[in-house]
Amino acid sequence: MKSWQKHLGLVLPLLVVAGVVLWPIITDNVSARESAFTILKAIALASSLNILLGYTGYVSFGHIVFYGFGGYVGLYFVNDHGWSIWAGMLAGGIASGILAFLLGKAILRLRGAYFALATIGINEAMKAFANNFDLFGGPIGMVLNFSVYKAYGGAAEALKMTFYIMAGLTFAALLISHFVRSSKFGLGLLAIRENEDAAEVMGVIAPNAKTWAYVLSAIIPGMVGVLFFFKNGHVEPPVAFPLHSSIELLVMVMLGGQGTVLGPILGAFAYQGMRGYLVTSDFFKDIQLSVSGVVLLLIVLFIPAGAIGWLRHRIPVLRRVLA
Amino acid sequence: MQQITLLLTSLPDGILLGFVYGVAAMGLTLIWGVMNVINLAHGPIIALGMFGTFFLFIRLGINPYLGLVPIAIAGLLLGVVIYFTAVHRVINAPHLSSLLATFSVNMIIIGLATAALTTSPYNVDFSLGGFKLGSATILGTRLVAALIAILVTGALYLFLYRTRPGKFIRAVTNNRAAAELMGVPSTRILALSFGLGTMLAAVSGALIATFFPFNILSGGGYELKSFVIGVLGGLGNPIGALIGGLILGVLEGIIPTFMETSWVPVIEFGLFVVILLVRPKGLFGAKK
Amino acid sequence: MTVLLSVQGVTKRFGGLQALTKVTFDLPEGQILGLIGPNGAGKTTLFNAINGVYPPEEGHIIFRGQEVTRAKTYTMARMGLARTHQIVQPLNELTVLENVMVGACFGQENHSLSNAYGIAEEVLEFVGLGIRSEQLAASLNVAQKKRLEMARALASRPKLLLLDEVLAGLNSSEIGNMVETVKKIRERGITIIMIEHVMKAVMNVSDRILVLDYGQQIAEGTPEEISQNEKVIEAYLGDPKLAEKLLKEE
Ligand SMILES: Nc1ncnc2c1ncn2[C@@H]1O[C@H](COP(=O)(O)OP(=O)(O)O)[C@@H](O)[C@H]1O
Ligand SMILES: [Mg+2]
Repeated sequence: MKSWQKHLGLVLPLLVVAGVVLWPIITDNVSARESAFTILKAIALASSLNILLGYTGYVSFGHIVFYGFGGYVGLYFVNDHGWSIWAGMLAGGIASGILAFLLGKAILRLRGAYFALATIGINEAMKAFANNFDLFGGPIGMVLNFSVYKAYGGAAEALKMTFYIMAGLTFAALLISHFVRSSKFGLGLLAIRENEDAAEVMGVIAPNAKTWAYVLSAIIPGMVGVLFFFKNGHVEPPVAFPLHSSIELLVMVMLGGQGTVLGPILGAFAYQGMRGYLVTSDFFKDIQLSVSGVVLLLIVLFIPAGAIGWLRHRIPVLRRVLA
Repeated sequence: MQQITLLLTSLPDGILLGFVYGVAAMGLTLIWGVMNVINLAHGPIIALGMFGTFFLFIRLGINPYLGLVPIAIAGLLLGVVIYFTAVHRVINAPHLSSLLATFSVNMIIIGLATAALTTSPYNVDFSLGGFKLGSATILGTRLVAALIAILVTGALYLFLYRTRPGKFIRAVTNNRAAAELMGVPSTRILALSFGLGTMLAAVSGALIATFFPFNILSGGGYELKSFVIGVLGGLGNPIGALIGGLILGVLEGIIPTFMETSWVPVIEFGLFVVILLVRPKGLFGAKK
Repeated sequence: MTVLLSVQGVTKRFGGLQALTKVTFDLPEGQILGLIGPNGAGKTTLFNAINGVYPPEEGHIIFRGQEVTRAKTYTMARMGLARTHQIVQPLNELTVLENVMVGACFGQENHSLSNAYGIAEEVLEFVGLGIRSEQLAASLNVAQKKRLEMARALASRPKLLLLDEVLAGLNSSEIGNMVETVKKIRERGITIIMIEHVMKAVMNVSDRILVLDYGQQIAEGTPEEISQNEKVIEAYLGDPKLAEKLLKEE
């Protein structure tokens, strides 16, 4: 394959994300910036999850644990030890990576629904643990000392900055997603997804490959957690480890199409867009959760490969572009 | 000394609650065993059972235990409906599909119920008094609920082992393809099993409503407990679930005597993950 | 002649079932060993023991001079062992080309993605799947899937190739093609063990033959010796006449 062709699949994802980043900048609108932040966050998290779910075929129902855990660790250093947001994010990313490595060694032996259940258990155990862990403020959590924002030119400037950092993290997530997908390592993951035993017979060292996939899928969420809690100014256990957000991420990946680079991006975009519409619509706002549920059900039942997967199957020519 | 008193106070309560947890878990694990589906709508159905008791008792004045009958029937029917709308098409699909399908039912129920009932707490003001047992006070409602839980387990056992549909269910659990070859109407059996699973969830919810205040989200916690119990007792083994429930109840009774109650979930979920890793067939199942 | 694979007293049980009993043989480099025996004799299980799917309870397996009795399947693959599966195991949602690239990337030569691409194209041409390379593996028919199994194994450039009933279920012209392919593989100097039911083919291409029955190794020898061995005829076919007939057919 020509090397430029290999990277053709990166074009659309980059364009979509660039569009989301530019929209509030061009309109110079704070509420647009907030919406864009939410969408970028969803894209970064869903693309990360996709490395494990879409490429490797392991259904993590508790992926948000890396967001919560990394976020807690990073915010702790920022708040209690005066670290910069950059160092805090690095710490959060590393902490989540290490957690994924250790967990991966243990639970990636489980297959199918057993793995999914274990990830739920870990998320709940971690939430309960944070509730009891005094260093992280127990049930009250941590409230960021407002003076921390001063170093960044005050709260308003700091908020603006978090948007650009979020944009950077999203691009990073997207690049990781793409380079994993188009690498030899990624081919090994896809083989594991399709048939783990056969992949091992062909020489794929599945235990290692899965663990590294898990680690890669955990780092960006850890950093996003730090950034988000920094922006929010506080964190507490239910905010850090919401099981339903884990599942929303699965929905986004599924909606767009698992195992593709573009799928989770479009899925995140569409899901957040739909939610945004539903919660503001007079007619739907009270039952927005139910409407989302119906949409999810229809997707699962009728287009389980997601939008991108569906297109790829229908129109094979598109495979290169819709990588 | 003080600890022992504390233990004697909290242990009986834990045990009685454990039986009721067991019923909820039995529903989850029955469905898992028969069709390899983890029902993520389990929690909201437990919560609907709670509301069942509330409306039958508070609005219509029906005794909560008598109310179990219509609640059970409604739970069964609801399960059959859920099976045909959400589960049947994905029964052979990868796990992600069935997990998300049942989760979408979870969202639908919670969304509608939140709109109709809000999330403020409801309380069933029903009491059977209580009596002293040493330093512990045993509440009548808990004792009766535990007895009912035992009865329900017995009935389930009889149903599975003594009736024709029950035997069919066990055959499908064992090997669906073989059961189909032998003429078992597998679709109907799957739907029935799903219905029984949700019926058990609704019944457990109806009983729990006589102990604690609740809202539509309250089922979530019991759903998670059901996972833990199901894994303790062996996923797919409904009778093991009662024992798993007891173990959980005992743990919840014992742990507070030597550490703060808030550590209970840490230990529960930690245990859950460890058991999944070392004995995925449950404490009593054959290893591997 | 150097011994590539040495199987020494290998025993494997499944619960109460004795699937392999003290199987012992040496395989010199460059030879083709035919492995025959009735259904359920333990042939596939022997492959599974050699490549690490089911480590044996007793005995030793030595490959390229190293003890590999309890080695994982991926370790064996990286040491230069490749196999096909009797029940084909395509990576369904990957293309035919990608399937074969997996073999090249993770086999003993550990190729980069771009080298693997070249190797995969060449191997697909060799097994006659060149025009299918962009198709999803799921869309192939059974004969093509068997070729895909073969291509994946070859792409890893193995020292030892285990072929599990690659001819089963193929029609006679497909069998002819596959036999030609196997011969060409041998010309490349790859050592092969092949499990086969099509007698003529296996007698034709094998240097030696090993016969299993109920997990017991009942005979080993050249094709001529085996075709005249009473025990083999007895166990394998029950009817001595049938043996001759089978040898002549096609
Ligand atoms: N994973 C397994 N579990 C239990 N029994 C098995 C397993 N694999 C094979 N067997 C049994 O071992 C015996 C040998 O099987 P196999 O090696 O597949 O035979 P062959 O390939 O010679 O036809 C058969 O009786 C088969 O049922
Ligand atoms: Mg065989």
